[in-house]
Parts: sequence; C-alpha cells; structure tokens
Amino acid sequence: MSVLRPLDKLPGLNTATILLVGTEDALLQQLADAMLKEDCASDLKVHLAKSLPLPSNVTRPRIDLIVFVVNLHSKYSLRNVEESLHHVDAAFFLGKVGFLATGAGRESHCSVHRNTVAKLAHTYRSPLLFCDLEVEGFRATMAQRLVRMLQICAGHVPGVSALNLLSLLRSSENPSLEDL
Amino acid sequence: MDETVAEFFKRIILKIPMTEMMTILKTWGFLSENQLQTVNLRQRKESLVQDLVLLCEEKRASLNDAALLDIVYTQFHRHQKVWDVFRMSKEPGEDSDLFDMEQFKSSFKKILQRALKNVTVSFRDAEENAVWIRIAWGTQYRKPNQYKPTYVVYYSQTPYAFTSSSRLRSNIPLLGQTFETHNSTTPLQERSLGLDINMDSRIIHENRIEKERVQRVTEETFGHYPQPRLEFAQYKLETKFKSDLNGGILAEREEPLRCLIKFSSPNLLEALKSLAPAGIADAPLSPLLTCIPNKGMNYFKIRDK
Repeated sequence: MSVLRPLDKLPGLNTATILLVGTEDALLQQLADAMLKEDCASDLKVHLAKSLPLPSNVTRPRIDLIVFVVNLHSKYSLRNVEESLHHVDAAFFLGKVGFLATGAGRESHCSVHRNTVAKLAHTYRSPLLFCDLEVEGFRATMAQRLVRMLQICAGHVPGVSALNLLSLLRSSENPSLEDL
Repeated sequence: MDETVAEFFKRIILKIPMTEMMTILKTWGFLSENQLQTVNLRQRKESLVQDLVLLCEEKRASLNDAALLDIVYTQFHRHQKVWDVFRMSKEPGEDSDLFDMEQFKSSFKKILQRALKNVTVSFRDAEENAVWIRIAWGTQYRKPNQYKPTYVVYYSQTPYAFTSSSRLRSNIPLLGQTFETHNSTTPLQERSLGLDINMDSRIIHENRIEKERVQRVTEETFGHYPQPRLEFAQYKLETKFKSDLNGGILAEREEPLRCLIKFSSPNLLEALKSLAPAGIADAPLSPLLTCIPNKGMNYFKIRDK
C-alpha cells in the first residue's frame, strides 16, 4: 500500500508543493488558480488529486502540505477523504495536513454535518478551515491563507515551523471540541 | 429596383393568402411598422400587391430580401411541399467537429458559387440550431430561375438535412457535396467539457488519466453538442427491499417500497452531462439517467422484474 511520507524526498530549491485532495475537480482547480495568483517568493506547485493513493509511476516533488477538501453537500466527498486519509503517513499530521470544508454557507444543501468534519479533523489533530470555494472573494482569501501555510510547511518562513503553526492554530480551537 | 426583382416580389406577394398577409410580412421584418400601417388590407389583391411592391422599392429591396420573403412564405407553407430526408453518415474513426453556423453558411455558399456561377443562395435561421437554405439554380449562361428554388433545412445538431424535391434532380449530388466538403474543412478544435484544461504548468493533475477517461466516457454518452433542453425527470420506484444482510425488518417486508425522485433543472441533460467531469458522480452514469434522450421518456416507473 503506497503511503505518502513527508520527508522521503529532498526539497526542491525554493519550491513549495501543496497537494489538494478532493472529489470536486472544478473547485480544486479554481482554488489552485487563486493560489497561483498570489505574489509569493517561493516557487509554488499545486497538485490536484481526486483521492489517495497517488499513481505510483510518477516522479513528483516533496509534498509540503496536504489539504483535504470536503464538500458539505456531498457525503461522497467526505467518504472519499476518509478513505484517502489511510494512505498518509502519521508524520504528516504534525502540521502538514489541513482540512477544508466548503459549502457551509448553503445550509439547506448540506448533507454532512459540520460536526462530522470537525470530529474528523480533531481525530487527525489537524486544523479545519471553512470556506465557500464557490464564492470568489472567500476563495481568494482562503488561497492567501493556504499560500502562507504552505510557505511555513515548506520551511520558507524563518523561525516558524509546521509544528509551531499547528500549535498556534490549535490553541484557538473551541475548548468543547477537546472533550469530544 | 430591377424589373425582374419587382416581378419576383409581385409574384411572391400574390401567392400569400390575405389572411396570412400581415403575419408573413411582419415575420419577414423588412418593411417597417410605419410602412405596414399604411397598407390597406381591404382593397383588391392586385392593388394591395402594387402598394406593397412600391413600399419595397422605396426601401430599396434587393433580390436577397425577396428570397428571404420567399423563405418565410415557404416556412409557413412547409406542409405543401414534399421533402426528402438525407442522413449524413460519418466515416468510422472520424472525429465530429464543432459546428460553427456562420462558417457553415459561408462555405456552403462558396462551394455552390464555385461550381455554378449563377446561383442565388439565401439563409434564414430557424428554431433551435436549424437553418433554412434557399437555392435558386442557374447555369453558366442563364441567370438563376427564382421560381423553381430548392429548399434545404439543416438541423445542425443532427445528421439530417431535409430538401424540398426539386425538378432539377441533377443538383442533388452537388448539395450532397457541399455537406461533405463542409464537414471535412471545419478545423479541428479542442473541446473541453465544462472545465478548461489548465495550461498553467504549476498545476499538476495527479489523476489525469482518470480525468481523461471520464471526459471520454461522458463524450461517448452525451456527444459533443448541447443537450436538448429538458426541465425535469421523474422516477417512481416500486421495488422490494433488497439487502445483503440477512434478516432485518425491511427484508421481510412483502410490500414494495414506494419512492418518488424528481430531478429538476433549467437544463437537466446538461446538468447530468457535467456531473462526472465535475467529480460529483462516477462515470459512466447510471443508464437510468443516460437513457432519457434515447428512449424519449422522462417519466419512469421502476418495478421488480
């Protein structure tokens, strides 16, 4: 079973690579475009995948950050993410994985409860971000955040590591979730 | 205005029954509202015709305008003609190309004009993606005969073309050629379904092969062209509960479960077509969804066999 490991490759010079995993290709692509529009000192690369494991016969750069995109309107997208998580090495969950939930704005269309995704993120000790990717303004803001997170995870921000960032994000979490 | 054109106008207008006169003239859209208001429909037809021809002259109507009026008349009286249907067949392995109406019209006209110097070709767009073509045939030495035109109605999203039977049978193969030549000269354009294939090399699709498979399957199922506009589909289920697990309350239930699913959308078939490329559903889609155009049904009752 092929598993993604965070440190099994050498980093590329000034390169930061993010892997977006989710069933809805159109949304992923729009997010990728938005991220690449950002002014960034690092060379960004965005890999889009429907699910894990990734095809094995391809050479790819070291992946610095994985973001799992769940569409709250689709149980299928949640199940897809849950199954893909099995193909990620535990070491990734030290700040190099994030969850992104989209579609919360249209409550009536949601078939996945917010808490379900919150629990999932909590189980994997990773941050959960909410963003309606269909809305251009929100998407652009999220893209900025992700680029910043990616730079940190790639080690391009001096003095801040992925683990630092993770504990920073964790401390602002709703304390009641810790009891779950 | 040329005498022959004036005579042509006279003859067309004489053909039009009085009850349809206003409707046809309005559909033609050449004479203005003001001009049409000045027309006295209660006079004798000959005088009416004279008045109308004068109005056309005032507005400097051309042969092409007359041809368009002729098309409109024929559209209202299509049932009076006998039509032949031609179906275009594709060579196996040929890709179907994107259809560009303007390009089709211009190449159609060019081909006919190249073959026969004297020919009048006029076009009028009709309901969804159909074009009415009027062809008046001449020879190298004679001007086109405007009183024995051939009509071709081509529905661009189908392989069918209808032609009104022409006394001049020798021209049919030439028409056939215009379609053939058109199809092969349309430049191949890359068409991506829904999503634009990203040109930015910094974005890598890990599942490119799967994506391409999904595009291919979707194209095979739905074709290249826009889908017919359908607004809803309804599925009534009356089946017994089936389960892999043994036992359970529902498994023992004799009566079938009843369930009604209704899909509605401004364009349901386009929405279904975009499901797999958008990643919302797997390709190929369930045949229950894809059989709608084939079967020509959108109400389904699903029962146990």
